[in-house]
Amino acid sequence: MELFSPTEFAKDKVLAVQEYALLSWHSLTNLFKQPRYLADMLQQADLIGVGSLPIVILTGFFTGAVLALQSANSLTRFGALSFTGQLVSLSMVRELGPVLTGLMVAGRNASGMASELGSMKVTEQIDAMRALGTDPEKKLVTPRVISTMVMLFFLTIISDLVGLTGGSMVAVLLLRLDSNEYWNYAWRSLAMGDIFQGLAKPVFFGFIIATVGCYYGLSARGGTQGVGRATTQAVVAASVLILVVDFFLTRLLMVIVPVR
Amino acid sequence: MANGVQNDLAADERKQTIVFENVSIGFEGYPVLEEISFTLEHGETKILLGVSGSGKTLILKLALGLIKPDSGRIYVLGREITQMKEEDLFGLRRMIGMVFQESALFDSLTVEENVAYRLYEEHIAYEEIHRRVIEALRFVELEDTVGLYPPELSGGMRRRVAIARAIITEPHVLLYDSPTGGLDPVTSTTIIELLVKQRDVYKTSALLVTHRLQDAVLMATHYFNRQANRMEHIPDGQRGDTHTRFILLRDCRIIFQGTAAELANSPDPYIRDYLS
Repeated sequence: MELFSPTEFAKDKVLAVQEYALLSWHSLTNLFKQPRYLADMLQQADLIGVGSLPIVILTGFFTGAVLALQSANSLTRFGALSFTGQLVSLSMVRELGPVLTGLMVAGRNASGMASELGSMKVTEQIDAMRALGTDPEKKLVTPRVISTMVMLFFLTIISDLVGLTGGSMVAVLLLRLDSNEYWNYAWRSLAMGDIFQGLAKPVFFGFIIATVGCYYGLSARGGTQGVGRATTQAVVAASVLILVVDFFLTRLLMVIVPVR
Repeated sequence: MANGVQNDLAADERKQTIVFENVSIGFEGYPVLEEISFTLEHGETKILLGVSGSGKTLILKLALGLIKPDSGRIYVLGREITQMKEEDLFGLRRMIGMVFQESALFDSLTVEENVAYRLYEEHIAYEEIHRRVIEALRFVELEDTVGLYPPELSGGMRRRVAIARAIITEPHVLLYDSPTGGLDPVTSTTIIELLVKQRDVYKTSALLVTHRLQDAVLMATHYFNRQANRMEHIPDGQRGDTHTRFILLRDCRIIFQGTAAELANSPDPYIRDYLS
């Protein structure tokens, strides 16, 4: 049995970070070079955006609904049940909307990208593409990255809206709150900083999801088993990265655009 | 020609299609190819022979610039590719056709889209693309499969579609990686006939990797009869050279380069053993 070498392990990890960084950098800089694959971008936007709509709506709705239920439980103790709209609104827009949408899209699309590109890699289709004079990073990676960044932005807006609607249904139907009061609190509690924070995050999360999915797909080795491994790793890495980056991004955004 | 760049190639650049000069490469500390040197002349077909793992496919990938050698120089169509950036290589690769071992067709695209892939990238008018796709598919006798997807084709058909995809841009050089691997003898002969037709009708230079000695011999001893539209055996002493040469690899090195007759008459015990 071969002995484990910490040096080799460290070298491999550093190399992986370097390759990921280069792929990420190229995925954006390719946008300023010819050829640009606009049709592929639109196709990916449809697959990622429209395709993810059902799960985003479902998670958004029930997250908003459960937030209303949970917050009502605490707020009742302080006689502040009418603040339910404010709590749901701030939680959804600032944090849960972007993060949960990111995690859902990561589960669906980072895995999809890793398995699709991984299958292409192990069946030499990526090499065939290079042999035919096409840059796989331009043709496959950039359209996925740009589409995910743009579509996650809009999916987050939908998630926020649906989450607020879920909260309002619980507030009105179960908590017997006035609908106007709920929406009034929900709307008035939001400051520009909250909205900026909530809409800046999905752009970064979209970048993470697509670059991680593409990186693991293009690094897949070892046949179908390798593709399966790459898919799992992509979802895990993208999800963890979203949560880690969320913390630092929140801290940074709080400094850039202070919230009340 | 499909690409304007192709017309710019000077005649002397085309004389020596591919040149390997002392090329060496290894993986994880183990050498795979050492001091490999050979020249593929214009219009010539070189058949790479050797046992599995001897580095035959690697030579094709090196020639295409998909992998960089550890040392040595590789010239393709007069340009040194060992120092070229990936971005610059894309232009050169458009003048080279490659048929991969497992065809490597894009399985989410139809046969027509696969064959026309390069032409779509060049934004050629659809009517022109369709005409050339049908022409290329007719060459491989698969013009009825345009709307099918690769998984719906047999192994032999996939290999023929891969050949159509490689030749549609009329490349200066073709690289075939085991085009008959895993196919039955009848289909293998059909594929070899297509390769011979490409060699004799279009005079395209080619590097061919094969495990099947009978295919290599078939290529060296047959020519394409245009009148009869089929491959025929060269009667002894009646026709000239088929411009087919052999390279045999062993232990990371080239141990033989020459014609079919020289290979057959080699006194080297390993070669005699290999041929038997």
